[in-house]
Amino acid sequence: MSKKNDALAIDNNYTPVTPDPQYILQVNALKKYFPIKGGVITKTVGYVKAVDGVTFNLKRGTTMGLVGESGCGKTTTGRAILRLSGEKTGGQVLFNGKEVYDLNAKEMHDIRTKMQIIFQDPFSSLSPRMPVGEIIGEAVREHGIVSKEEYNDYIDNVMDNCGLQPYHKDRYPHEFSGGQRQRICIARALALNPEFVVCDEPVSALDVSIQAQIINLLNDLQEKYKLTYLFISHDLSVVEHISDTVGVMYLGNLVEYGETDDIFKNPLHPYTKALFSAIPIPDPTIKMKRIVLEGSIPSPANPPAGCKFHTRCANCMEICKTQAPEQKEIEPGHYVVCHLYDDVKGVEKNEEE
Amino acid sequence: MRKFIIRRLLQSIIILFFVAFIIYALMRCLPTSFIEAMARQKSMQPNSKSYEEWMQQLTAMYNMDGGILIGFIRWLGNVIRLDFGDSWRWTIPVTEKFKEVIGLSFIMGVISFFFELIIAIPLGIIAATKQYSKTDYAVSIIALAGISLPTFFFASLLKLVFSVKLGWFELGGVVSRDYPQLDAFGQFLDRANHLVLPIVTLVVISMGSLMRYTRTNMLEVLNADYIRTARAKGLSERKVIYHHAFRNTLIPIVTIVGGSLPGLFSGALITETLFSLPGIGFISYVSEVSGDIPFTMFYLVFLAVLTLLGNLIADILYAVVDPRVRIS
Repeated sequence: MSKKNDALAIDNNYTPVTPDPQYILQVNALKKYFPIKGGVITKTVGYVKAVDGVTFNLKRGTTMGLVGESGCGKTTTGRAILRLSGEKTGGQVLFNGKEVYDLNAKEMHDIRTKMQIIFQDPFSSLSPRMPVGEIIGEAVREHGIVSKEEYNDYIDNVMDNCGLQPYHKDRYPHEFSGGQRQRICIARALALNPEFVVCDEPVSALDVSIQAQIINLLNDLQEKYKLTYLFISHDLSVVEHISDTVGVMYLGNLVEYGETDDIFKNPLHPYTKALFSAIPIPDPTIKMKRIVLEGSIPSPANPPAGCKFHTRCANCMEICKTQAPEQKEIEPGHYVVCHLYDDVKGVEKNEEE
Repeated sequence: MRKFIIRRLLQSIIILFFVAFIIYALMRCLPTSFIEAMARQKSMQPNSKSYEEWMQQLTAMYNMDGGILIGFIRWLGNVIRLDFGDSWRWTIPVTEKFKEVIGLSFIMGVISFFFELIIAIPLGIIAATKQYSKTDYAVSIIALAGISLPTFFFASLLKLVFSVKLGWFELGGVVSRDYPQLDAFGQFLDRANHLVLPIVTLVVISMGSLMRYTRTNMLEVLNADYIRTARAKGLSERKVIYHHAFRNTLIPIVTIVGGSLPGLFSGALITETLFSLPGIGFISYVSEVSGDIPFTMFYLVFLAVLTLLGNLIADILYAVVDPRVRIS
């Protein structure tokens, strides 16, 4: 009985953060669980803990990369921040200092223009029944971004910025290639003049030559419109190229988070080290020292106790099996969640004492 | 597009030719022969010719003295001149008998189809948007009941409750006994009154599957990525569901609706029988059982034409609702 209740209990203890104007987005202990229905009368028998306490801050005009293997909750994090997958389970999402999940329907409608998303799959994320001009322009009219007279010029301009021709407006999505479709998705998101864009693996469905074009387009647009990106990807080279800060996720948790240079030059968490050792080096004479992780990723419905990574960690200690590690700032702005650094003097401690 | 339609029409004619031939061959191979039954009956009469002699005479009279192929070619020759012949069972021209009974069945078919669409599609959409809610379960139960209830049982139940106990509607027939004495409006009401229960039966029996079909397709569309895109645009839930999701659900629904075209003319045998309505369903059944080749040929080929036409219309509508299959 008690075991059953344990499975259903949601631990929602966190210290609330105060809004800080230097950050466009503050995510604090964000949790998103999906109920598992079972039994004859379909009641909740457990949860898939897709996002299980993710904390990070995002400065205005920067790009944060979010990496991790498939199924670790990157995409769910991105969607949960935009309140696109129902209600959150716990934690805070402050966008421009305001809790996103406290907004009513009207305020939510208005804030949609400020935060946008580019989905992973440019083939399924465009309605097959709408011409491209309508896909891009529908929300522009819905939110009254520009006046009726300027509307056509505005759409042409947005399309031009994203490398699309005005005559593409009357065509349907199926008439475009993958790269062009992703441009349509980008144009669609940018037509609303957002401040913050979640790029959910925007290039993983495209071939490498097109990937570079899209990444460069995203970079150019960021400079032009002072955009903030949350760039979700499993392609580490792309993340290294585009990001200012990087977060590494494992099984619903952020295990390491910091400046891109710090993370790539000095990875601290054993998982990050293993992940980065898999980056291919385009030089056949260099022998790669790959750290191969044992086993497979545990089920997010029933994650291991203590540190979630302990089942696959090469440096697993006794404490890891029972006690979950805390987030610790090792260098300024470089956080890690691992017991290996319990004895290392963190930056945070110095400031507090 | 015109090229496509012309090509499809030509294909349809070839298909129709073979369909007609197969039906004709099957009719000729049936163990029940109208001519044999008639010859036996005539030979039983006192002082009559023998069965064999009657057979010979009747076969020649009904133009059945050739083989299947020759008979079919003769039938086809007449049909091309738009002569469908006289019905053996009803002893009047086939088209005349058809005209006599099709009206009632068509009216019933159209009205019940209309109600089926305006009830089943919205309920299917509501059930899908509120998946696993009480509304969804209620709709699913109604749909399942509609699919599972046998027509004769449900129709009898309706008659018991609404005709026998409550006395609201007539038990059966097309008009009441005092029909000739009523004024025009009264006559209309009288006819309408007789049609209520048969139409309710047809609607309840047929809407279940369309409801489930709409729900399933709507669910599929609602989980699509582009619906999440529409939500991310900040559109209202109404717009997301009716502007984005429903439009995409239309594509599979069109197939069903196109496929229903022959259903409007084919009549409903069980319902018509239970409510004593002389519709095409009942009449065609009687004709088939008695081996009336001209009437059955006309009726089945007519349905084949409608089926092919229904498919063609569905294909054309596809292009209207789905830009991906538009042929330029």
